Amino acid sequence: MAKLTFVGGIHPYDGKDLSKDKPIQDILPGNELVYPLSQHIGAPAKAIVAKGDRVLAGQKIAEGGGFVSAPIYASVSGTVKSIEPKRVVTGDLIMSIVLENDGLYEDVGFYPPAPFETLSREDIIDIIREAGIVGMGGAGFPTHVKLSPKEPEKIEYVIANCAECEPYLTSDYRRMLEEPEKLVVGLQILMRLFENQQGKYAHGIIAVEDNKPDCISLLRQMTKDIPEISVKALKTKYPQGGERQLIYATTGRKINSTMLPADVGCVVNNVDTIVAVYRAVMEGRPLMERIVTVTGDAVASPGNFRVKIGTSYQEILNAAGGFRTKPEKIICGGPMMGFGMFDLNVPSTKTSTALLGLSKDDVAAMEPGPCINCGRCVEVCPGRVIPSRLADYAEHFDEEAFLENHGMECCECGCCSFICPAKRPLTQEIKSMRKIQLAKKKTGGKA
Amino acid sequence: MSELFKVSSNPHIRSKVTTNGIMLAVIVALLPAAGFGIYNFGPRAMAVILVTIASTVLTEFLFGLYKKKLTVTDLSAVVTGLLLALNLPVTIPLWMAALGGVFAILVVKMVFGGLGQNFMNPALAARCFLLISFPGAMAGKAFECDAYTGATPLEILKNGGEVNVMDMVIGRTAGTIGETSVIALVIGACILILLGVIDLRIPGSYIATFVVFLVVVDLAKGQWISPAYLTAQLAGGGLMLGAFFMATDYVTRPITIKGQYLYGIFLGLMTGVFRVFGSGAEGVSYAIILGNLLVPLIERITRPTAFGYEKGGRRGEK
Repeated sequence: MAKLTFVGGIHPYDGKDLSKDKPIQDILPGNELVYPLSQHIGAPAKAIVAKGDRVLAGQKIAEGGGFVSAPIYASVSGTVKSIEPKRVVTGDLIMSIVLENDGLYEDVGFYPPAPFETLSREDIIDIIREAGIVGMGGAGFPTHVKLSPKEPEKIEYVIANCAECEPYLTSDYRRMLEEPEKLVVGLQILMRLFENQQGKYAHGIIAVEDNKPDCISLLRQMTKDIPEISVKALKTKYPQGGERQLIYATTGRKINSTMLPADVGCVVNNVDTIVAVYRAVMEGRPLMERIVTVTGDAVASPGNFRVKIGTSYQEILNAAGGFRTKPEKIICGGPMMGFGMFDLNVPSTKTSTALLGLSKDDVAAMEPGPCINCGRCVEVCPGRVIPSRLADYAEHFDEEAFLENHGMECCECGCCSFICPAKRPLTQEIKSMRKIQLAKKKTGGKA
Repeated sequence: MSELFKVSSNPHIRSKVTTNGIMLAVIVALLPAAGFGIYNFGPRAMAVILVTIASTVLTEFLFGLYKKKLTVTDLSAVVTGLLLALNLPVTIPLWMAALGGVFAILVVKMVFGGLGQNFMNPALAARCFLLISFPGAMAGKAFECDAYTGATPLEILKNGGEVNVMDMVIGRTAGTIGETSVIALVIGACILILLGVIDLRIPGSYIATFVVFLVVVDLAKGQWISPAYLTAQLAGGGLMLGAFFMATDYVTRPITIKGQYLYGIFLGLMTGVFRVFGSGAEGVSYAIILGNLLVPLIERITRPTAFGYEKGGRRGEK
């Protein structure tokens, strides 16, 4: 059988050996934790504590600001020091709750709700929403919204995104090896949310890239008595874990930028998100921690860490022994889609997948030259558009040509910039134009 | 904040492939053909190659000085010079070869904006320029040199004569400096294919279409094509050089994948028409130049369907 995959994509150096064999280590935060009120897609959360309040770990400190929003929980016990704008990874100033950690780690007490088999669909989605769970693969879309499509009975597949196609990242890999049962049960919980008219639940797919054969065999072993879940091995290729590519590889269905996975009967969730669902539904714990990979050739001892959300990146880095050599570039997330950071004194959030320190910066080292029309970007583009031309339209602000040539279908995966022999920043140019177009759409045509 | 880090938009890593690397690969891939040309035609071939490359490189360098933007280091001028030299007869006056180099770089490439902006292959355009301006020095008797006193195999074929196919495959025939040896050219093509610089989409569809065209023409005459004639047509003239090294020129071929097949088919048809029905024996250069001009049109009709859209489905925003 041909391996499950998609057309296009690239094979960058994956760097996973640096941290893949390092078991997840718990780390404790420092004195101050910062919780930006906007760490998800949608309306910012609303603070429900005030300066001077004492809070416990697991206590809700901010309420969801609408349907597409998510509440935020304290991850330590301590005192609210202030509520003020704080710098975040992207460089923006975001209103944030600042907690003074009292080092006692007292929690509110977590009580498992009733067994999930007895809970209704609405109950489970309520629990997930209340737990503040958002897409933890990086996008941060509130999970309860994803789980509430217009026609839930039409969802046939719940896909666990275990591809982890970003180079260097190993947090999902460690999760699968160390807590596979939580992934499997979490997936079963999600599958029960989608019952079709015949009374059958949605099928579960665990999609893993074939560079993680140990995970594949372990998960196959664990699900051998669960016929509703299939573990699928995908060809190792970036961006295999992109939502559209993943749905295509596992089900053969295609969606474009104007559609949702639900339009083709699919719901996709990341490993960490599914484990968070498990914790919320089985243990009654809200989302307070996540796994962060700290890696890169500039980091002293790369590893995978269980981090209390709100911990500053500097402290996460310290846990990995700091820098071995002076890094030229620090990236929050993977090298393909992460953010370049200019300061480590910013908080980790629900969507912080990794901290990457590179001793060399390819981007600065390579001067862009003229496009020679080689077509490599066309070959690798998973969106099947012509990146070099779109970048050209964007550069000349030719909106009409950009839209006409499917510029909005770009998923910003970065393959075109990576492969370009002239080292042109294609993704960046297309991305800027997309941002302008999306903003225009929101404001009804005005730039 | 004590330290400054570099910040940029994603992605933060880049592949090792560079424009210079690609140009270097093409130069290396052309070396077998150039080497065989020198072996076949003698030291004068070396002189033509060196003069042409010096001319293209110097033109690009001087233009760069004038524009205050030196681009000569990208090696593309070397590729153009080498390709042009391989397309010239060994007897060409050296000043003429140099003039061809100036024309290729200055008129065809730099005036249109430099690397990546020319709409015709500079080496081929220069060859056609010389062919039209100085037919006596570029065709016919021009191929009579110390090594060969007869006509090129294609001319012999055109006049109904017999050719030695084995000599043609090895390259021991009259012709331009770099076009005669199929073996040397195929070695070069294999280098480019293995390095991922070119693929078989254009050369494959080009050569296949050309073969089909010849077969059909002979069928129309009520006969089966003779294998010797077919092999001679494939091995003769600039077909191999053109199909693997000129038609695959990134800048002047369609960027769309379907368009590349269409382009190859068009080149195959045109080459067939020129060779079979044209007045001259050769047709590859004109076919490719003509194909270059059709590229925008080909790209327009072969625009790819974005992922997740139906074929020929709605375009642009919903």
